[in-house]
Amino acid sequence: MNFSAIRVIYIAEMMRAWNTLFQTLASPVISTSLYFVVFGGAIGSRIQSIEGVEYALFIVPGLTMLTLLTQSISNASFGIYFPKFTGTIYEVLSAPISFFEALIGYVGAAATKSFIIGVVILLTASLFVDLRIEHPFWMLLFLVLTCVTFSLFGFIIGLWADSFEKLQIVPILVITPLVFLGGSFYSISMLPPIWQTITYFNPVVYLVSGFRWSFFEVADVNVWISLGMILFFLFACLAVVSWMFKTGYKLKE
Amino acid sequence: MDSVISVNALSKTYDNGFSALKNVNLEIHRGEILALLGPNGAGKTTLISTITGIVSSTSGTVLVDGYDNVTQYREARSRVGLVPQELTIGAFESVYATVAFSRGLFGSKPNPAYIEKILKSLSLWDKKDDQLRMLSGGMKRRVLIAKALSHEPTILFLDEPTAGVDVELRKDMWRLVEELRADGVTIILTTHYIEEAEEIADRVAVINGGEILLVEDKAELMQKLGKKELRVELKSPAASIPEGLKEFDVALAEDGNQLVYTYQTNQESTGITAVLQAINAAGLSLKDIQTSQSSLEDIFVDLVREQA
Ligand SMILES: Nc1ncnc2c1ncn2[C@@H]1O[C@H](COP(=O)(O)OP(=O)(O)OP(=O)(O)O)[C@@H](O)[C@H]1O
Ligand SMILES: [Mg+2]
Repeated sequence: MNFSAIRVIYIAEMMRAWNTLFQTLASPVISTSLYFVVFGGAIGSRIQSIEGVEYALFIVPGLTMLTLLTQSISNASFGIYFPKFTGTIYEVLSAPISFFEALIGYVGAAATKSFIIGVVILLTASLFVDLRIEHPFWMLLFLVLTCVTFSLFGFIIGLWADSFEKLQIVPILVITPLVFLGGSFYSISMLPPIWQTITYFNPVVYLVSGFRWSFFEVADVNVWISLGMILFFLFACLAVVSWMFKTGYKLKE
Repeated sequence: MDSVISVNALSKTYDNGFSALKNVNLEIHRGEILALLGPNGAGKTTLISTITGIVSSTSGTVLVDGYDNVTQYREARSRVGLVPQELTIGAFESVYATVAFSRGLFGSKPNPAYIEKILKSLSLWDKKDDQLRMLSGGMKRRVLIAKALSHEPTILFLDEPTAGVDVELRKDMWRLVEELRADGVTIILTTHYIEEAEEIADRVAVINGGEILLVEDKAELMQKLGKKELRVELKSPAASIPEGLKEFDVALAEDGNQLVYTYQTNQESTGITAVLQAINAAGLSLKDIQTSQSSLEDIFVDLVREQA
């Protein structure tokens, strides 16, 4: 193992975020605060509590997931796409380093950044509401698994993309709608039956539900099913990445 | 001769079907400076990229110090440094950070003293904290060289290191190349300034259309393919080439004021005596005589033109 290579890639990626620390943290903090003002404050005051949880509190886990997913994907995809775009990837390709070592460096850094953003969002949220966490261990587990899985997913997108449009298209056209329709701001049980059935095909439902359960013990699906789903998605991403590794897909001419 | 890189039957066809390398065989000797010459699009960068692992080959093998560059890529790559043709470099990291990054990427332990030494020898030390985007093109080239040397490679590829570089840096660079060679580093370089290659290289390889046309010791090549010219300045201009000289390779130049005789250096008899006698017999009187030898550039141009 070339640990030294993993270390320098990880540090370089973290430094990149550090140099743009303000943007990295400001945008999730500001958007979360806006959601709280609009959904929690303005609208939430007219909505009764959902399953015994005050509305402003109820949306915290979904809101966190929304940001975590988009940030993990955009961080990780940009992290690998940019060197490809500028050509600096030549150095990584010519170095005595395996695909998996590069992967650990890039994805590890992206996941760490998302994790920090997740914590910052929860801290921001606690300024607005009286946050309580019933199962801190489960909460951490979901947080970490989500960061890793979606950073991995972002890495795959970054490798696949050969234009800035493609880089943006998945977060905007796929992830944001899935999160909004995935029960981030409401309980699935509030939907008409037919829509409930359709919603269960949305993988984000399981993420949000499991994460919310770790806070309030309120869930749309059983927490173990949620865990199973995220692990399934993690392994699916790993399978795609190993296939890319074996075939050298889009890495080299 | 001990080969440090052996390229065997290497071919590369790009995804669009273009065949950029066609069955290339090349032995690079340990400790030599090899100049890889060829016109634009000849396949020089493709060859270097395939050896260094940036581009995967379609067929054939490359051994670096005895290690296969695909199956034993760790051993093979850790010996090689590469200065790419394009100024591909980051933007926001500092000069020092990017050089230290390269060293780490190649698995070498941090060594601030060594990095300081390279940065100083490339006159980059006072710029070590500058962001890369603030550097001029020539400075970026220096940084790329520093990055390539950061892990103390024993084989160094320089892909057009002197393109867009001022006289000062060019001198610095050739001094550095000499120092590295003295330390036993094998150097492979490409350049379009053939006089540079003529000055510095031990051997010359000419590539065109993805094929190696020749690989030769520079001195032997100049001997073998070099032509000499004898210029005879006449006291009064000749209107045409005199009868007695027609059997020789003689041409008129400077409005008939000069006769130019071209001959091969490697032939037994040069024919100079016969030419001079024929000039005398034609009743022309001589003002001055000069000889000159063709440069590597002339040889190169002839070779590439011949193939086209
Ligand atoms: N990624 C690619 N896809 C398709 N064709 C390519 C690719 N890269 C290079 N080529 C083609 O391969 C040929 C060799 O290119 P290469 O860059 O190796 O030439 P070169 O000898 O380095 O030229 P130069 O002196 O201009 O740098 C060219 O015809 C080029 O158009
Ligand atoms: Mg080139």
